[in-house]
Amino acid sequence: MIIRFFHQMGSPRYFYNVAGKLVPWFMVSFLITLVFGLYYGLFVAPPDYQQGESYRIMYIHVPSAWMSMFIYVVMAVSGLISLVWRIKMTEIVVISSAAVGASFTFLALATGSLWGKPMWGTWWVWDARLTSELILLFLYLGIIALHSAIEDKRVAARAVSILALVGVVNIPIIHYSVEWWNTLHQPASVTKFDKPSMDISMLIPLLTMAISFKLYYGAVVLMRARAEIVERERNSRWVQEMVEQEAK
Amino acid sequence: MSTLSLTSAFSLLLKRDLVLAYRRRSELINPMLFFVLVTAMFPLGIGNDPKLIEAVGPGVVWVAALLASLLSLDSMFRSDFEDGSLEQFMLSAHPVSILVLAKILAHWLVTGLPLFIVAPLLAVLLNIPASAIPTLMLTLILGTPVLSLIGSVGVALTVGLRRGGVILSLLVLPLYVPVLIFGTDAVKTAIIGIPTTAQISILGAMLVGSLVLAPMATAASLRISLS
Repeated sequence: MIIRFFHQMGSPRYFYNVAGKLVPWFMVSFLITLVFGLYYGLFVAPPDYQQGESYRIMYIHVPSAWMSMFIYVVMAVSGLISLVWRIKMTEIVVISSAAVGASFTFLALATGSLWGKPMWGTWWVWDARLTSELILLFLYLGIIALHSAIEDKRVAARAVSILALVGVVNIPIIHYSVEWWNTLHQPASVTKFDKPSMDISMLIPLLTMAISFKLYYGAVVLMRARAEIVERERNSRWVQEMVEQEAK
Repeated sequence: MSTLSLTSAFSLLLKRDLVLAYRRRSELINPMLFFVLVTAMFPLGIGNDPKLIEAVGPGVVWVAALLASLLSLDSMFRSDFEDGSLEQFMLSAHPVSILVLAKILAHWLVTGLPLFIVAPLLAVLLNIPASAIPTLMLTLILGTPVLSLIGSVGVALTVGLRRGGVILSLLVLPLYVPVLIFGTDAVKTAIIGIPTTAQISILGAMLVGSLVLAPMATAASLRISLS
């Protein structure tokens, strides 16, 4: 049964239809969790005793940072699958994820610097986490650039899969070397945004937002994958029939 | 058909690439010249205060080495790709990753080793004390092969593209970060007079790690680029 499932999911047409049915579910649950998480985080959760109200940007910032790493791992895993088993659908997942991941990374950086202005007094600090996140953004941009530069999209997908794998091997090395560099150049006391046992009233909206962002990613990746499938399969019969029916 | 052993295939390929490089001697000088020029630009940009130059010196040398290595990367597979010999390597009976390693080694001997040779000169220009020069050279001889190895993956992915140069820097530079950090840090530590065993060991570990992993990734990337 599992083999049949994978076989079916490997077929673009089947994937297209299933994804089309799933997108609204993802979207609706994303909106529900988003409204709940934002309301809880911005109005219900108590202000921080040190940072006051400005800590509330954390409800966007922390889930974005989590997503930026989560999506990269998803890309590397689906890249591995598409290189080993040549499954078309995982190739499409790799490519559809890249832009979403880059946006989340950018969002994490932007909200981090917005938070940094009142807290640290500057927009940017060469803090270990910020620097790693910046390099992660460059890795995403490299993947997007490579994909758009190669004309044959199947070749592009495989090239990007290798790049994602090379990146995922390097990310821990980059992260720890940046941490090493940071402890030597800066007093560590300024920038540590450590998370001691967080109060439950702050944790609930944070986790809700994290789930909400994951649902958003699911919805967007499926939508982008559907668009990619139609573009790739534009010469196949089922796509042409579908377009004809839409036109009627 | 005569069969060629793996070692002789490796050494033949290495010799071939070195001869080809020797025939185009002006290209041998270019990375070295670029390295010196970039380094010489920094004091002009930041001012001639000896203390300031000494403080940024190790970083400048390493950033210049990174850029010089990046600049020369594109030539690694270019001519073989254009005349079709790269496809012949793919068809050979030997594992592509070993053949690729020979090409990377030849490329490093031609473009990486010269950087190591001129490094003492640059250290003098940048007020790096003589006591730290051996460390600088040690980090360069451990670090520049890592740059060539990591870079080879990027070159293999972009070799088929018409304008691969800019994309190559976007792909490769973020991956160079660890080498830059530990290379610079070792030299800075040596200037203060503290032992640099930790940084040197980590650079050595990176060299061994990339020596094992990079040729495989490069071979896989070349197969994709040539498909």
